[in-house]
Amino acid sequence: MNFDEIDLMIMRATQTGLPIVPQPYHAIAKQLNLPVELIMARFAAMQESGVIRRIGAVPNHYKLGYKFNGMTVWNVPDKYVDLFGKKIGELPFVSHCYHRPRHLPDWNYNLFAMVHGKSQEDVNEQIETIAKLLSDCNLGSDVLYSTRILKKTGFRSNVS
Amino acid sequence: MDTNLKSYDAIDARLINHLQNGFPVCESPYLQVANELDLTESDVLERLENLLENGTLTRFGALYNAEKMGGALTLAAIKVPENDFETITQIVNAFPEVAHNYARNHELNMWFVVATENPEQLATTLTEIALQTNLHVFNMPKINEYFVGLKLEA
Repeated sequence: MNFDEIDLMIMRATQTGLPIVPQPYHAIAKQLNLPVELIMARFAAMQESGVIRRIGAVPNHYKLGYKFNGMTVWNVPDKYVDLFGKKIGELPFVSHCYHRPRHLPDWNYNLFAMVHGKSQEDVNEQIETIAKLLSDCNLGSDVLYSTRILKKTGFRSNVS
Repeated sequence: MDTNLKSYDAIDARLINHLQNGFPVCESPYLQVANELDLTESDVLERLENLLENGTLTRFGALYNAEKMGGALTLAAIKVPENDFETITQIVNAFPEVAHNYARNHELNMWFVVATENPEQLATTLTEIALQTNLHVFNMPKINEYFVGLKLEA
């Protein structure tokens, strides 16, 4: 099923969040003047197709004590990047994991993994774990910390 | 530091952890969550409201994947001379297509996410940023995505 007008209406109505009332899907249905069965079916279908990654809560890292958020970047042989990308993505402390292009000579890293820790030691250990996993396929790495948030809009974010 | 002043208690922590794993699509989803956690529905609603209010949660709801809706997205970086940092920040942030922008400790010291309604606009925006900043824009679109999800234990 393709993303259509009804999905778009639902997306616009819920982009900032779900209603916090006992029957949230009924509330959306009422707002959009559509049957609740349709709303629930569309939510299920959009999750199935990946238009909705998930329904749930997004915590503020800092409020939960995760003050050390590092963008770890790795130089991995291209033919192994998918293999290790999947493995690294499964680590519990990794929130995002992507294969991205190198830009030689300035940027020689092709695998990105965002890690989150409550202390610098936590993050150092996490980096060590990834390095061990990569073993001989670790041709170099770096970790970039955000020193300042320059802009953060409410836009639906799925990249960091 | 605010580490001593936790914005949530042990029950909130269970709720936060639970709700990071998903939320049901059914007639009374908060009741279902409440039952799973051995809480009452009104307790779940009140706590959730409060956690959003005090900023412990930044969002509660459906997380949409912009690309699946036809949108385009990329991560880009630039090397900003230290003295020009504020000026360049203003130029980059002025683009509505720039969703997030972070200063990072690297020679590539400014990293931002650009999101547009379609791929053509994405290319145009990156070109325009390069022109206005007079800096090379390192475009790093994802080639493959292995995992996206937040699962930070409270």
